[in-house]
Amino acid sequence: MAAASSLHAAPRVGSSSPFSSSSAGRRSASAARSVRVAAAAGSGAARRAGGRMVARAAVASKAESPASAASSKSDGHEVLLFEALREALIEEMKEDPTVCVFGEDVGHYGGSYKVTKGLAEMFGDLRVLDTPIAENSFTGMGVGAAMKGLRPVVEGMNMGFLLLAYNQISNNCGMLHYTSGGQFKIPIVIRGPGGVGRQLGAEHSQRLESYFQSIPGLQMVACSTPYNAKGLMKAAIRSENPVVLFEHVLLYNLKEKIPDEEYVLCLEEAEMVRPGEHVTILTYSRMRYHVMQAAKTLVNKGYDPEVIDIRSLKPFDLHTIGNSIKKTHRVLIVEECMRTGGIGASLRSAIIDNFWDYLDAPIMCLSSQDVPTPYAAPLEDATVVQPAQIVAAVEQICQ
Amino acid sequence: MVLGRIFEDMCAQMYYRGKMFGFVHLYNGQEAVSTGFIKLLNQADCVVSTYRDHVHALSKGVPARSVMAELFGKATGCCRGQGGSMHMFSEPHNLLGGFAFIGEGIPVATGAAFAAKYRHEVLKQSSPDGLDVTLAFFGDGTCNNGQFFECLNMAQLWKLPIVFVVENNLWAIGMSHLRATSDPEIYKKGPAFGMPGVHVDGMDVLKVREVAKEAIERARRGEGPTLVECETYRFRGHSLADPDELRKPDEKSHYAARDPITALKKYIIEQNLATESELKSIEKKIDDVVEEAVEFADASPLPPRSQLLENVFSDPKGFGIGPDGKYRCEDPLFTQGTAQV
Repeated sequence: MAAASSLHAAPRVGSSSPFSSSSAGRRSASAARSVRVAAAAGSGAARRAGGRMVARAAVASKAESPASAASSKSDGHEVLLFEALREALIEEMKEDPTVCVFGEDVGHYGGSYKVTKGLAEMFGDLRVLDTPIAENSFTGMGVGAAMKGLRPVVEGMNMGFLLLAYNQISNNCGMLHYTSGGQFKIPIVIRGPGGVGRQLGAEHSQRLESYFQSIPGLQMVACSTPYNAKGLMKAAIRSENPVVLFEHVLLYNLKEKIPDEEYVLCLEEAEMVRPGEHVTILTYSRMRYHVMQAAKTLVNKGYDPEVIDIRSLKPFDLHTIGNSIKKTHRVLIVEECMRTGGIGASLRSAIIDNFWDYLDAPIMCLSSQDVPTPYAAPLEDATVVQPAQIVAAVEQICQ
Repeated sequence: MVLGRIFEDMCAQMYYRGKMFGFVHLYNGQEAVSTGFIKLLNQADCVVSTYRDHVHALSKGVPARSVMAELFGKATGCCRGQGGSMHMFSEPHNLLGGFAFIGEGIPVATGAAFAAKYRHEVLKQSSPDGLDVTLAFFGDGTCNNGQFFECLNMAQLWKLPIVFVVENNLWAIGMSHLRATSDPEIYKKGPAFGMPGVHVDGMDVLKVREVAKEAIERARRGEGPTLVECETYRFRGHSLADPDELRKPDEKSHYAARDPITALKKYIIEQNLATESELKSIEKKIDDVVEEAVEFADASPLPPRSQLLENVFSDPKGFGIGPDGKYRCEDPLFTQGTAQV
């Protein structure tokens, strides 16, 4: 986790550009590997007929390392997070000809964060469809295509742009399966970069998970490491449900060794990042790294926090979360989402409903301030949760 | 056309008798468009409709009893009572909805047309007749909405097998088309995107059919989309909740005199294609179909409580993992809505 540790050292990441030429060689190498992996994986049709090959992995292993890839037989290979997402797309597109990609600049340009780099050359312009700038319409096209048997992966160039597609995401991705009496399935994936980046301004720094969470029929998942990015992308593509996959603008260049063998993660499961005894810290996406940075300080101060990356933002994995609370009896939620009506607010409510009797302290929730994300760096820093606040919160909870 | 008319008249009766609720938008007056277009389609061709969708469903072959039962909110409805008047779907008939917001069906239709092209070019699966065609129906009010323009652009860009059918009935609830639209001749917007735009008398089913045939065949051959503006009129208010006080009596009687069903009858008799008594006996048969639909809907059971959560997710794992570590949907009480979650 080289890049991850640099994250720990410097809260303001994003220095290495996703466009940097240094990753070109690695990309072609990973493409070659993907070919091999896909070839070994067998027929997609047979796999689908036989149900999901979803490994219940990555939960509650006692390993201290955040990387869950260690159990792999072979050595694995190092990738950046955006390359891991790309590998997932390539593997799924090779296995299943109904998988296709729609979005702005996903084809010839290769995607604004290079997640779809080279895919148009590999699969053709129809399977990797460069769309005009018309978010609501191309998302709606994804719905229509999904109703007629395709499995579209729709990219929002920036998650915030998907506000323009809110009607299609809510009415048609979320509700159409229900209103049609179950006749039509919408196996669509909507994905893209979101979160507070580095002085991107208010509109490009949005956390849409709070807006999407009350849409019935929609699943939401947030990736945070190259390992889980690949496994969750593959699971999202294979899911019969519409899934929104949240990526974070600051995490695309995280580096990690991931298995050479094909793997798929479970969409609904949380990931145990660091087992501990004193307090349960629930987090996701980029805040995972702020939490881990705080955890180092906390360990030095004699605390033993348990860190869980909830990953599934809807539905919550109340099993993993509950087991942890039954052990620690204390909960801190750390999110980049907004304070009002955010994921943390929903999570806190779910914990109160289900695990009230196990709590020895009030649940604390550290969220972003309810402000449009400012441009100026010190104000932007003050908008999102910083590691020092996490340390202070744990100290307060554990008093 | 006659089935559509009698069915909708029956809907009005049933609505006033308290058998159906919500917003119910009737199609009276516009039948020539639905019949003129949809009757040319194959089973595999798709129809995407609006909130005024009952008759499109009937034209595509969805049985009247399934549509009526859906309107009654019964478990035997074409969407198990979960859709209602504005959300008619039928997978076997390739009726892709029933979209209640203005314009939102057009991108879905464009996606269905994209899938047809994809099946042909990527999956190599199309039929020998050519591409499966999608018809997108919408009204004059929709033609001022961005999704209309966005999809005209994309459909022509990729030469998708789709026909955009505008049912211009001159009114968007209480907004006159002429007060809402800078250039009211909608068909002219086709050539602006590089596709043919055709204007047709939407009160004349034979003329509609002629235009529709050409547009559908063009789409099937892979030559791309067509925009067809059908000038028509709705004989009732926007919905059964609309007092319809704004439209002038002169205007209403002008279009009532052009009733597409009366006009076709006249044509059939004049051309000696059938006798008056033959037409009467057909009408009687249709009356019976609609009567039977009402009886069926009335006698059908309401959806059970257990149905509530069944189609929220195609894969019910979307309900998540509960505190006991099992998928919440595996708890048999969960679908009854009483489980501890």
